[in-house]
Amino acid sequence: MAEQEAAKGPLPIVPFLKIPAAGSPHLEAQRCKGCGAIFLGERSNCSKCGARDALEAFPLSSRGHLYVYSIVHRSFPGIEVPYISCIVDLEGGGTVKGNLIGIEPDPAKIKMGMPVETVFKIAPRKDAAGSEYLTYYFQPRP
Amino acid sequence: MGDVYILGVDMIKFGRFPEKSVPQLGAQAALMALDDAGLKIQDMEALYCGNLYQASGMVGQRVLHEIGQTGVPVVNCANACATGATAFREAWMAIKAGAYDLVLAVGVEQMGKGLIGGGGAGRTGIPTEGLLGSGTMPTVFAEAGMEHSRKYGTSFEQFAKVSVKNHHHSTLNPKAMYQIETPLEMVMNAEMISYPNTKLMCSVNVDGSAAAVLCSEKKARELGMKRAVRVKASVLTSDPWTDRDLVMPDVNTCTRRAAAKAYEMAGISAKDLDLVELHDCFATAEILHYENLGLCGEGEAGRAIDEGWTALGGRIPVNVSGGLLSKGHPLGATGIANLYEVSTHLRGEAGKRQVPNARFGMTHVIGLGSACAIHVLEKVA
Repeated sequence: MAEQEAAKGPLPIVPFLKIPAAGSPHLEAQRCKGCGAIFLGERSNCSKCGARDALEAFPLSSRGHLYVYSIVHRSFPGIEVPYISCIVDLEGGGTVKGNLIGIEPDPAKIKMGMPVETVFKIAPRKDAAGSEYLTYYFQPRP
Repeated sequence: MGDVYILGVDMIKFGRFPEKSVPQLGAQAALMALDDAGLKIQDMEALYCGNLYQASGMVGQRVLHEIGQTGVPVVNCANACATGATAFREAWMAIKAGAYDLVLAVGVEQMGKGLIGGGGAGRTGIPTEGLLGSGTMPTVFAEAGMEHSRKYGTSFEQFAKVSVKNHHHSTLNPKAMYQIETPLEMVMNAEMISYPNTKLMCSVNVDGSAAAVLCSEKKARELGMKRAVRVKASVLTSDPWTDRDLVMPDVNTCTRRAAAKAYEMAGISAKDLDLVELHDCFATAEILHYENLGLCGEGEAGRAIDEGWTALGGRIPVNVSGGLLSKGHPLGATGIANLYEVSTHLRGEAGKRQVPNARFGMTHVIGLGSACAIHVLEKVA
């Protein structure tokens, strides 16, 4: 069996992270044409109203507000702690989970509701074939 | 159509039993529940068995291999942390439907140690845990708790007090995994797992089993109602679509829907309850469920824990067994263990932790994915 070769460019860490050939990476969601419900990732049917084949893709905003967070101190071997796990409501709709960076993991410093933005970076992990992955983080914005 | 009754119910002392098999653990509780009912396995017309980690392993049949292969119908149930309660509810429904008069429900689990959730690789090549936030259970429930903090200013200390209370309750329960007091400083200074949940604010992974003998009204009258407990409501919900549910499991909506139905089915309100065993998988979760179950007003949960409303002796004691936090949380057994606890109080047999003159009690479990089960029990005699 031939060994797997590493991909040429970075791969998206999740299917809803889009890396266009031209332009900048962004997150993409699906919106139901019937009821307006928003989903991450591709799907056929709306799980809010049951509409079939009624979903259309749209780019998520890179701007949002911190909804809630937790500071993770215990994780699995090889995962660096502490880090901030967070839930972000994006402007124009859509809620995404990610790591919050650029701020101390201290409850006294992190304010729920604070403005944040999405940033894209090469992930610090590779797959078995040695491919690189592009991931997203959230960071405070002015 | 008559009511359904619990005729016998019991649980093993929760602990770590690596030398035992899952069916052996289930068999222990099954025999204890049969003894409690004064019946034999030959009297049971069906078995509903809840187990999560060996969901494809025919655990119910293997329990009968341990205690008597009577050839009755066996149904194996898996429904995350609502597994045991789901097995019990299926047994309840079979009797309600008139199919049987006497049914056995067993919940059993053997747990490893350590974190649950968040370990798997994503749909693409590298694991996302620690890169795209955390999917571990302590984090998921920490984030759910922070939503309450965001709305009402609930503090780390208030969440920690839940753990102080439940650990205190467990000192009165010989079947709990732990019987140790954990003062507030000890809870708050324990290893931080996922802020605001410290190690002592996370449920204990234990092995355990619990079982119940359910029976029809007709049969209960025939066999004697002296220690029977009436099932006034049995409700199961799944997660309706909510805005953030995709990335932040919503444990509130399916609990609120189940509670509303349960109160309606039982014909009572939250004020009529004498005790509640609710799903304190993490200290943060208990705070949310005070409001979800209507045990206090919206935004009052912090005050409820500060002022001892939910402690033994308070206006509505919650988790007097010690809860999942200290009694332990063997996933598939938890739902039936909660029913054991409430039944024991309604029978007036709870010893030092007895809630005086208990007439109505509620049990609640929620499994992520999601499934919420609520039962309301009533004292008969």
